[in-house]
Amino acid sequence: MTIGLSHYLTVAAILFTIGVFGIFVNRKNVIVILMSIELILLAVNINLVAFSAFLHDVAGQVFAMIVLTVAAAEAAVGLAILVTFFRNRGDIAVDDASMMKG
Amino acid sequence: MDLLAIAFWLLAAVMILAALAVVSARNPVHSVLFLITAFFSAAGLFVLLGAEFLAMLLVIVYVGAVAVLFLFVVMMLDVDFDALRQGFARYLPVGGFVAGILTIEMAVVAVSVAQHGAAAKNAAPMAASAGVTNAETIGQVLYTTYVYYFQAAGMVLLVAMIGAIVLTLKHRAGVRRQSIADQVARGRRTGVRVVDIKPGEGIAS
Repeated sequence: MTIGLSHYLTVAAILFTIGVFGIFVNRKNVIVILMSIELILLAVNINLVAFSAFLHDVAGQVFAMIVLTVAAAEAAVGLAILVTFFRNRGDIAVDDASMMKG
Repeated sequence: MDLLAIAFWLLAAVMILAALAVVSARNPVHSVLFLITAFFSAAGLFVLLGAEFLAMLLVIVYVGAVAVLFLFVVMMLDVDFDALRQGFARYLPVGGFVAGILTIEMAVVAVSVAQHGAAAKNAAPMAASAGVTNAETIGQVLYTTYVYYFQAAGMVLLVAMIGAIVLTLKHRAGVRRQSIADQVARGRRTGVRVVDIKPGEGIAS
């Protein structure tokens, strides 16, 4: 059995779904939500690289690199917001985070 | 079953299991460690696809920087993580239901695209041509065709860095700070004091 594009795409789809599932079930823990977002972005990267490899076009890998940059920036800013939130509230439960409501 | 297929199934299985452990682990530190495992396995999949440069980038950027950042934050915050887990069992059925439907839909679309789309004509991934490595191929287009995207990525990182510093920098009252302007502006008038000392008494204080 030879490994083709559909195998990589299916694995990426499963990984993406696990990320979405993680956001569903960990609605209070914002750290795990951030990690789930990282998993989703990793699944997108696997899709991009798999298409890039099987289309014999390197553009997908360049785009995956840009996605990697945005993911790293998002993690840094998200964790910074988390630290500030913890300093102000003493807790990171996000289900009742409605401080900025009108 | 050749070696490539065995490597693919092994890496894919480890990645999926580690991802499941990330979202279901009781302790967030374990979640971060499983996240590192998932990224390592994904880097292995990238190597199988012939994208060695991105694989190394993934290991360096994610395992070396982002995951360690997560670990720092998880260990720095003193939070009762068990209290944050309540509601896990309540959302499990609906989450699992949505996830199952999403997986089936995406897998069906992915397989049909893979078999009938533009990529269907190539049965094998792009192999590195003789004498040109993967990093060289990326470099040839990254600094020419995609140079504006490259610059934009640098801008994104700069804005993220400034944003993270502005968000977390805290000026504490009562901490003596170095004032370079005051130090540079200090001259003879303010820096030197001539004291008239009477003979036989010395300097008392």
